[in-house]
Amino acid sequence: MGNPMGPHSAALQRIVTRMRDTEAAGRYVLVTRVPYQEWGLAQLSGQRGVDLTLLEDQVFTSLEDAERAVFKMRWESITGTPLVLD
Amino acid sequence: MLEKKIAGYSDEISVAPGERIRFMVSCEPGVDRYRADIVRLISGDRQPEGPGYRDELLPTSVSGEYPGRSQETYCGSYAVVPDGPAFDALSDLSLQAVIFPTLPALRRASVISKMDIDAGCGFALWTDPDNGLVLQLGDGQGGLAEFALGQPLVAREWYLVSATYDSSSGEVRLRQQLLDSYARDTSSGEARHDSERSAVVGCNAPLLIAAASREEARGKPVGEMIFNGRIERPVVASRVLERSEMESLRSDAVPRGLRTDICAAWDFSRAMETDDIIDISPNRAHGRLINLPIRAVRGSNWTGAELDFNHAPEQYAAIHFLDDSLYDCEWDADFELEVPADTPSGLYAARLTAGDQEDHVTFVVRPPRDRATASLALLIPTASYMAYGNSRGGIEFGNELLSNHLAVIGPEERYLNRHPEYGNSMYDNHNDGTGVCYSSRLRPLINIRPTHHWLWQLSADMHLVEWLEAQGIAFDVITDEDMHQDGVSLLERYSCVMTCSHPEYYSTNMWDAVHAFTQRGGRLMYMGGNGFYWRVAYRDDKPGAMEMRRTEDGSRSWASEPGEYFMAFTGEYGGLWWRAGRTPQSLVGNGFIAQGFDHSSYFRRTADSHDPRAKFIFDGIDDEIIGDFGLIGGGAAGLELDSASRGYGTPPHALTVATSEQHTDCYIRVNEDIGHMLLSIGGQDDPQVHADVVFFETPRGGAVFSTGSIGWSSALFHNDHDNNVSRMTRNVLDRFLDPAPFE
Repeated sequence: MGNPMGPHSAALQRIVTRMRDTEAAGRYVLVTRVPYQEWGLAQLSGQRGVDLTLLEDQVFTSLEDAERAVFKMRWESITGTPLVLD
Repeated sequence: MLEKKIAGYSDEISVAPGERIRFMVSCEPGVDRYRADIVRLISGDRQPEGPGYRDELLPTSVSGEYPGRSQETYCGSYAVVPDGPAFDALSDLSLQAVIFPTLPALRRASVISKMDIDAGCGFALWTDPDNGLVLQLGDGQGGLAEFALGQPLVAREWYLVSATYDSSSGEVRLRQQLLDSYARDTSSGEARHDSERSAVVGCNAPLLIAAASREEARGKPVGEMIFNGRIERPVVASRVLERSEMESLRSDAVPRGLRTDICAAWDFSRAMETDDIIDISPNRAHGRLINLPIRAVRGSNWTGAELDFNHAPEQYAAIHFLDDSLYDCEWDADFELEVPADTPSGLYAARLTAGDQEDHVTFVVRPPRDRATASLALLIPTASYMAYGNSRGGIEFGNELLSNHLAVIGPEERYLNRHPEYGNSMYDNHNDGTGVCYSSRLRPLINIRPTHHWLWQLSADMHLVEWLEAQGIAFDVITDEDMHQDGVSLLERYSCVMTCSHPEYYSTNMWDAVHAFTQRGGRLMYMGGNGFYWRVAYRDDKPGAMEMRRTEDGSRSWASEPGEYFMAFTGEYGGLWWRAGRTPQSLVGNGFIAQGFDHSSYFRRTADSHDPRAKFIFDGIDDEIIGDFGLIGGGAAGLELDSASRGYGTPPHALTVATSEQHTDCYIRVNEDIGHMLLSIGGQDDPQVHADVVFFETPRGGAVFSTGSIGWSSALFHNDHDNNVSRMTRNVLDRFLDPAPFE
């Protein structure tokens, strides 16, 4: 988690790739709140013309923090248990 | 959170002093007024470490406040045939067509209609999601009756569909016949109905194919119920045709015995390079296509023996209609500029502002048409801008596996998603899944803006513009379209022509012009990556439109159907220039080899760089590592990479003066260079994944310098332009502007 923008080890990249390779509908994206300063988390609709869904409680001031947060969410979603790091 | 609410486009992309250009603007509610100014663009990248946005006001009569208004866009393709004598005195009726519906379950979609809703007269043949074929007839007294076949059609299958009305008996017959043969097919069938009231099938309304219409706008019927899919050989007849007669009309001539009864029989295999649809009946009830449906597509009778529609047009008698295609928004102009006579050539924009809203409708002021006003020309890749314009990948897919990062969605992408009617980029698919093979600039191209946060095409090219401005170098600005029209005579006015970062799409005229320029002593600086890759076509009678087919090979987001590799606009074979026998390597010394979008890398000097012929390139540079910095991904070697290859046609005397290394595994070799699927395909393992900076001399004292990387220009700004990428670029430019011939 120290280097969320990569490059990652081959083993970690394998996990990240699996996490990123989702259906478009529901895929997490960042939405610009303040250009280059603040981003909100959202999920794509997967349908042309249908807006994304903003997750209002998730706001980031760095892209790195956003990658970390989404990694944890996806980890929990896939494994069923929260990611606990030392 | 900022919402984008204003956007515009112009009728021209390149104008000379004294010429006129009109600007069309649409505002969403909340923007009642906006300000417009004409500005010369100097810099665009607003990221904190970037140069920021800068422009320079061009004092013109445009400057002022304008009322904001919402302007309607009517997308979707269909054909319009004016009412005329061919359709006079209709009482009995036969309608037929061969159809290939791609979205039959979406909504009712019109195959053929000629209906005056208010008067309640006319006819319309639809497909219905649940009931298959439906015939609607008017009674002449404001009433409309519908007769359904009752069985849904299967998507992406060919059917012969027909409907007849016998005025003496009142009988309506419907038939849909699958042309292929499947066990347990339930979609073919027939139905008979008795019309309780006599129908009045004649009316004064225009006839539409692939749409129905209730109203006119901008001098045309507005298409509704637009059919997604292919329609072939539609026929209107003035009597009830027998089944065998209907079959006989699936040919490229109207049988002699039927000529008196056929009102119109359109053969879409004729005039495929135009918007005309040709009626081969004696009535000659020709029509016009709206919004660029796809022509030169396979028909129901395609055998596979011929892959080129030019050789077997009768097998390409279908048109693929789409409910989201668009040629021209046709908005009313908000303001017009007559470019002042003394306006310096440059990259300009109509800058629209309203509170926190802005848009930059970008255009080029070329030098006067009879001369150059500088020794250097910057060639703006408007063909590539059009190909990428309104790319929907970010908002629709997130493209996370391309970048290995979460996608960042700005207000621009959400605005585009609110406006599907503004059409798609050539990287997208139509609503029915068909790849987008036509583009147009007569619509707002939301991501082709100098400040767009996705640094790609124009926004990335602003790095180069900013550098040229900072260097104080005089330069003219010209466009792909100028070069397509004027040929090499335009380029020959310059000592040096400089491309932008990603000149990927080239017409034959454009390719010929650049090649001839390099062969006649010109100096070319190819400042990007993945250039001269896809072949495109323009149509002289369709300004602002462009065609491209993604054919047998290439890095591509969709692929053309088999047998559809030839472009309707020109009849030329589409796809990669390589596959037409012209490699980028033979033109500029390197060609597309790999791409990735996470981290950019750097170049290392090679032994060739110490060749006396290359000495001028490295004047004042002692570094071995070049470009380990940059505003896109942190390096000059990034995004899309080109390498030299003798096998692909790099001139034998070319020098590879620097080579990139240490690309991440996100960088993957292009599929057209991969035969067998080997384990080593990523940047960490595959030595082919690298960019080469190439220099070579050309006949008559000319030369070519190619950077091999889209990311190159993003490194120019680093350390206030005092860096080795900037120095190399300047060294080359100074020498290329020096008239002393290369030997």
